[in-house]
Amino acid sequence: MSTENKEKESLFSAKRRKLITDPLNDNNPVTVQVLGICSALAITVQLKPAFFMFLGVLTVIAMGNVIISLIRDLIPSRVRIIAQLVIVAGLVIIVDQVLKAFVYDVSKQLSVFVGLIITNCIVMGRLEAFAMANKPWPSFLDGVGNSLGYGIILMIVSIIREIFGAGTLTIPTGINTVYVLHVFPQSFYDLGYVNNGLMILPPMALIVVGMIVWAHMET
Amino acid sequence: MELINIFVKSIFIENMIYAYFLGMCSYLAVSKNVKTAVGLGMAVIFVLGMTVPINYLLENYLLKEGAMKWLSPSLATIDLGFLSFLMYIAVVAAFTQLVEMAVEKFSPSLYASLGIFLPLIAVNCAILGGALFMQQRDYPSVAHAAVFGFGSGVGWMMSIVIIAAVREKIRYSNIPASLRGLGIAFILTGLIAIGFMSFMGIKL
Repeated sequence: MSTENKEKESLFSAKRRKLITDPLNDNNPVTVQVLGICSALAITVQLKPAFFMFLGVLTVIAMGNVIISLIRDLIPSRVRIIAQLVIVAGLVIIVDQVLKAFVYDVSKQLSVFVGLIITNCIVMGRLEAFAMANKPWPSFLDGVGNSLGYGIILMIVSIIREIFGAGTLTIPTGINTVYVLHVFPQSFYDLGYVNNGLMILPPMALIVVGMIVWAHMET
Repeated sequence: MELINIFVKSIFIENMIYAYFLGMCSYLAVSKNVKTAVGLGMAVIFVLGMTVPINYLLENYLLKEGAMKWLSPSLATIDLGFLSFLMYIAVVAAFTQLVEMAVEKFSPSLYASLGIFLPLIAVNCAILGGALFMQQRDYPSVAHAAVFGFGSGVGWMMSIVIIAAVREKIRYSNIPASLRGLGIAFILTGLIAIGFMSFMGIKL
């Protein structure tokens, strides 16, 4: 992140940089604004689907923010929610088709949750709160920042759950290749260590996120 | 019998919140007291119960591959499946607008207490999730879809009322300051969800 920022310093004034860095920590969409929880919980069993979900959300928020920001003066305020939904739905359809075409297994794993990006509260929240009132470029940065904040939580939760639940870490190295890292050496298992199957089950996602919120508030 | 099975399954075993985490945003934000939770729950039951069968009809008579055969045989090869997201969300948004207007007219106090969350039912993941699960599971008739939608709504309402009741009581307990509010709500939901897992595998 930081290297990318330095390269394009001219476009990123201090105020604009804040749009990206703020949601990463102080104003994190998941732990502070409590948005977009649904998908943050459901698809974090493994790192790989979580990563592709993050990419999907990044595309949708960034593009959606830009589009809405471009036409913000044309949308009558009474029908703005529907207008936003239609644009987001269109973008999600594109993401869904791309996922189906290139990473079919991930698209199967994510099942309905790709479609649910439409109703991901982060998307609607950012469109409503930021893009409706700002120029395209800041809106784009805001979208990227918020999806990064979302992505970070997604990564943390999925890494914790995968390590303790399955004892592995599937790192996506390319579109269809993964590197499966076995975190615990075989000697651990020989000593009687057992993977905590509960971690893979849905309820533990909630508890892990709860712990992250706790840790985040504590600092 | 099959319908009762779907109904019970959608309330307890495949509970929208405790098994799929759908609609968590409003679930966490509106669960501070039981009364508002019941109001929002009712609205969700209504919207889910109506939109899932409507979307079912759209899916099976318009969008699916070959679904338009009833219009003319030449349309049998058309597959509009990729439009389903757009169609579903349009139905949901229109319906929410309807509920919002109805609540505003008939119960201004409820409207005031639900505040911003009423229009947000349109972006409640549970509603769209219901439609998407309906599409994925391929129910054989519109009655199945309606029962599934209604049951999911009831399950959602039950969950939000449970957590609202717990949160009303937990206000008096001594929780670490930074865990108060959101953090403890997550952990409580997780624990309740573990409890709900015991329904798994029950079949009528």
